[in-house]
Amino acid sequence: MRSSHLRLATLAAGIVFSCASLAQIKIGLILPMTGPVASTGKQIDAAVKLYMSQHGSSVAGKTIEVILKDDGGVPDNTKRLAQELIVNDKVAFIAGFGITPAALAAAPLATQAKVPMIVMAAGTSIITERSPYIVRTSFTLAQSAVVMADWAAKNGIRKVATLVVDFAPGADSQSSFKEAFTKAGGQVIAELKVPVANPDFAPFLQRARDAAPDAIYVFVLSGQGATFAKQFAERGLDKSGIKLIGPGDFSDDDLLAGMGDAVLGAVTAHQYSAAHPSAANKAYVAAFKQMHNGLRPNFMSVGGYDGMHLIYEALKKTKGETDGDALVLAMRGMQWESPRGPISIDPATRDIVQNIYVRRIEKVGGELYNVEFATFEAVKDPVKEAAKNK
Amino acid sequence: MLTILFDGVAYGMLLFVLACGLSVTLGLMNLINLAHGAFAMAGGYCAVVLVNRIGVPFYAALPLAFVLPALLGAVMERTLYRHLYARSHLDQVMFTIGLAFMAVAGVDYVMGSAQVFVNLPPALEGRFEVGGVGIGRYRLMIIVVCGALALALQSVLVLTRFGSRLRAAVDDPRTARGLGINVNLVFALTFAVGSGLAGLGGALGAEILGLDPHFPLKFMIYFLIVVAVGGTSSITGPFLASLVLGIGDVAGKYYVPEFGGFVIYTIMIVVLTWRPQGLFTRVAGR
Amino acid sequence: MASGVLSTAVADHLALRARWRRLEIAFWVAAAASIFLLPGKHLILSEIAILALFALSLDLILGYAGIISLGHAAFFGFGAYAAGLLAKHGLIAEPLLALLAAGAAAALLGFATSFLVLRGSDLTRLMVTLGIALVLRELANKLGGLTGGADGLQGITMAPLLGRFSFDLAGRVAYVYSLGVLFVFFLVARRIVHSPFGLSLQAVKGNALRAAAIGIPVNVRLVAIYAIAAGYAGVAGALLTQTTAFCSLEVLSFERSADLLLVLIIGGTGYLYGGLLGAVGFKLMQDWIAAMTPQYWQFWIGLILVVIVLVGRDRFAAWARGVMALFPQRKP
Repeated sequence: MRSSHLRLATLAAGIVFSCASLAQIKIGLILPMTGPVASTGKQIDAAVKLYMSQHGSSVAGKTIEVILKDDGGVPDNTKRLAQELIVNDKVAFIAGFGITPAALAAAPLATQAKVPMIVMAAGTSIITERSPYIVRTSFTLAQSAVVMADWAAKNGIRKVATLVVDFAPGADSQSSFKEAFTKAGGQVIAELKVPVANPDFAPFLQRARDAAPDAIYVFVLSGQGATFAKQFAERGLDKSGIKLIGPGDFSDDDLLAGMGDAVLGAVTAHQYSAAHPSAANKAYVAAFKQMHNGLRPNFMSVGGYDGMHLIYEALKKTKGETDGDALVLAMRGMQWESPRGPISIDPATRDIVQNIYVRRIEKVGGELYNVEFATFEAVKDPVKEAAKNK
Repeated sequence: MLTILFDGVAYGMLLFVLACGLSVTLGLMNLINLAHGAFAMAGGYCAVVLVNRIGVPFYAALPLAFVLPALLGAVMERTLYRHLYARSHLDQVMFTIGLAFMAVAGVDYVMGSAQVFVNLPPALEGRFEVGGVGIGRYRLMIIVVCGALALALQSVLVLTRFGSRLRAAVDDPRTARGLGINVNLVFALTFAVGSGLAGLGGALGAEILGLDPHFPLKFMIYFLIVVAVGGTSSITGPFLASLVLGIGDVAGKYYVPEFGGFVIYTIMIVVLTWRPQGLFTRVAGR
Repeated sequence: MASGVLSTAVADHLALRARWRRLEIAFWVAAAASIFLLPGKHLILSEIAILALFALSLDLILGYAGIISLGHAAFFGFGAYAAGLLAKHGLIAEPLLALLAAGAAAALLGFATSFLVLRGSDLTRLMVTLGIALVLRELANKLGGLTGGADGLQGITMAPLLGRFSFDLAGRVAYVYSLGVLFVFFLVARRIVHSPFGLSLQAVKGNALRAAAIGIPVNVRLVAIYAIAAGYAGVAGALLTQTTAFCSLEVLSFERSADLLLVLIIGGTGYLYGGLLGAVGFKLMQDWIAAMTPQYWQFWIGLILVVIVLVGRDRFAAWARGVMALFPQRKP
């Protein structure tokens, strides 16, 4: 008698259990939690956790499970992890992708498996063209580069020396800037490329100084920004009247507090500053700091936060349906208020459209912040825009 | 041009202080210690904690950045490293890489993975001009301190009794033991001093090279290059090698930036092909 | 007369050593069975097979010729990029042919650089091999137009294997392919090692001076095995590119060379299976640890390394021999 009760109970439990897993949607979150760009992974992971704590872990009647995997910043790992998540864990979304090579590696898988791929960090323009299932919530390097060039040309800067890290994003940023700047009447008098694994900026800074430009346009890996700032000051460049400009990657909120006064007054263009004066952002920064031990959110984190928002809203629109094509269709054209400002997904390119702010590094309450003073609204990715207009 | 020379000399001196401990350890104990960078990192983080958090003045923190890693080195030598002297080089390489991994992950866990800096006294910031040559204050300090260290090390090696015992032990440990030289003590002291120097180098280098938990793995290659090129039987070898490599790297990046990254590796391959024992080693009878 | 007796004694000895032990057969049967028994794991099994081949190539020079190399990834990466470029530009569409071509290219590179490795101490060799790998990595980064630079080689589409089997998303074809290549090359390596050539290599490893004194052309042998090992590594790299349709700068990184030494430490060197067993152990361990602590797994890997070295590889080998003794070899 008892054994049949047991069997019945097990059967019932089995049915309930499988029903529960039927009503579960998994998201494969692939981030660099270790390696040179670990700070990106940590920020995005923190933002995702924050979003889920604020908005709950169920949408449209289904429970959301996030499976976090560390690819260490190695694209081969990204590809394998994405493949395993799709084939073994049957995820409905793959998200994250801390660097461009990682996103490029996973793109063919998204197409083959028809799984929406949410790019929360990588910034090269061509990424969204690699698969019709890619939607980006981070940024493109060109957005900031072009705005920076426009602002510089309109503000008395005629000659610029560019100093970028010698790999694809650096080259991208530099060429976008150069193109926009020369079109606006300026001149790029020196183009310096720093090796990725570079211990010492001294020779490059010296070269930049010797070229006697009005400003130096800088793009370095977010981890190197602080070293760069120190050596900038050490070379006396802050006192030489040469301005420091660039995309906001080097004045990363994550590290800005520790950079020292040498970078005061530097002007950058970027999509997010922790000092953005909106109610939504103030609430975001406060909640983030409280949940994560006083860590200040940076531009990578909003990519993660908004990526989760995109997923949740898309699922609401499709009423929990996980068909890849339906989800991507739901995502196109979506608009909402992000901590960084108003953003939307371009229905034609699936790329992010957002405000780019021009900011100056100033001391607020004893700490360094990027304080916004000019806004360029609803900037689409300039590279794809230019290609369209050709 | 002279500014570049100055920068290169400063960089080279820093490399020397960081790497000479490794060189002497290899020459003396025939021990390939790939965890050497971990001691440098330890010294760097010591300085950061002492100056930034506890408020010790920078100049007082530097000797502490020497002493603490030296103590750590002495302890580790007596407990762990001495088992490796008789082992094959492969075992030593793997053991010390394991230690380096543990150090990297451990420091990441305790201190976080962001890059850290030492709060410098204002006197060391910025630069001044001398006859059209820009002299960075911090780099000048590095040259002075490291130069003094190099002189001190060389005089200890050449002029003191300990130095001659050390040189004897390097040339032929068995005979040295036979002559009553306490080779174990020499080993322990040398390892400690080498680690201490690395720690000091780490503290000094934090400003220029950037200090984060991955420091031991990032810079191990540079230390090894200095040792391989400079040889292991003297102080002057690694000293001159560091200068050559430092100036070569900096000048290369300034004058031929397209090949900047290659210069240092190419120099090493060329030197090692021409003289496999290093530029300055006398081929010892071992 | 005496030399005739001696040569048959040597031949008998070699023949005895070359006989297939039961454990060996069991290993390969299990590997083949995994194709059918572990359908969800083909992706990681494929990686293990590729790593095993790569480790085998290092074992050839480390375990049998005594050359410590910290830059073996140079050949792995060279083969990987060669295969990628061949596929991308449609020069050799059929994967197996491209594989062999990439392997041959890597062997040539090995031959060209072998001269740098012949001279000097262990440290010199360590540095030179490392330097070569680093220079190659810088080159790959610089020649972005050819290699895709830091983004990796884009646009690789693999033609169906042997014209019939296309690479599927679940990785089944990839695994069978990798395992097959591993088995074939393993057989060849086994043949080499159990031949007079292999014996002479072990003599060189034991004492190069003495080996030269009895007439073995040391440098020629070393150059030969170095080139062969480079070719094997190139084949492994090509396999990786072909099974993942992707190739990035990571194939040339220092981490790959360092991980490889770790694999051989775990598995042991000098008996050919070290690379294979070590690859299985290493990958499983890495996966397991990384799942537990995504951020700090390096610490545990380091600790395991330290413990293994302290305990002593000889003791592991002694334990392994003790286990093997439980399966007595049939006497001739």
